[in-house]
Amino acid sequence: MRFLVWLTVGFAGGVLGGMGMGGGTVLIPLLTIFCGVPQHMAQSVNLLTFLPMSALSLRVHAQNGLLDTKGAVWMMIPATLLSVLGALFVQKVAPDALRMAFGVFLCVLSLYQFYGGWKALLKQKKQSKNCS
Amino acid sequence: MEMKQNAAMSAAGCAVGAVNGIFGGGGGMIVVPLLTSVGKKPPLVAHATAILIILPVSLASSVVYLCSGLFETELFLAVGIGVLAGGFAGARLLGKISPAVATLVFAVVMLAAGLRMLF
Repeated sequence: MRFLVWLTVGFAGGVLGGMGMGGGTVLIPLLTIFCGVPQHMAQSVNLLTFLPMSALSLRVHAQNGLLDTKGAVWMMIPATLLSVLGALFVQKVAPDALRMAFGVFLCVLSLYQFYGGWKALLKQKKQSKNCS
Repeated sequence: MEMKQNAAMSAAGCAVGAVNGIFGGGGGMIVVPLLTSVGKKPPLVAHATAILIILPVSLASSVVYLCSGLFETELFLAVGIGVLAGGFAGARLLGKISPAVATLVFAVVMLAAGLRMLF
């Protein structure tokens, strides 16, 4: 039974991820709030389970010629180093504190998304007006 | 000029890496706006290139988490299959619904989840 619940939660996160909207940011709270998975474990699940999907979608994007690697390595190398440091650091953080911090992180991200979505909606309206 | 941009990309990379390591995700969501603003890439290209950048980053953080013993076979298997299946469905859905509406709905879900975790 819990296998099915986990499968469904993964599916929901995957749909968002497949649409390019950061499925992990939804997968982690779904796992902790509804499935009682500890915060650190949920984060580990997210990191690992999105790897195969990312690799697959990367292949499709490469075939469609959407990759622009110019300057990418400049971001990739420091990001990889800092992610190891961040991951090492967080292993020592208490679950409750991490959960709170993650909640704040989600709120900030969502406000940013509201702003972006609102702007896109206005642009869309303007365009459809120009067409008619 | 180029050097200045590479330095900006590196600084941005530090922030992305720290977030991805600490929160176990979400790095890709920050990479996309950074690639369009700092990297001056068009949105679709930014989305695709963000995956390329975040892949080694997530792999590296994942190794640290797994080495700390954060692994459960049944949980990882169930979620993993779900994510893969959902990913295909999501890719199909893309282009069928308005991105603006999808973004706003997504924002509501995230805000609700974020508040729920705080209180």
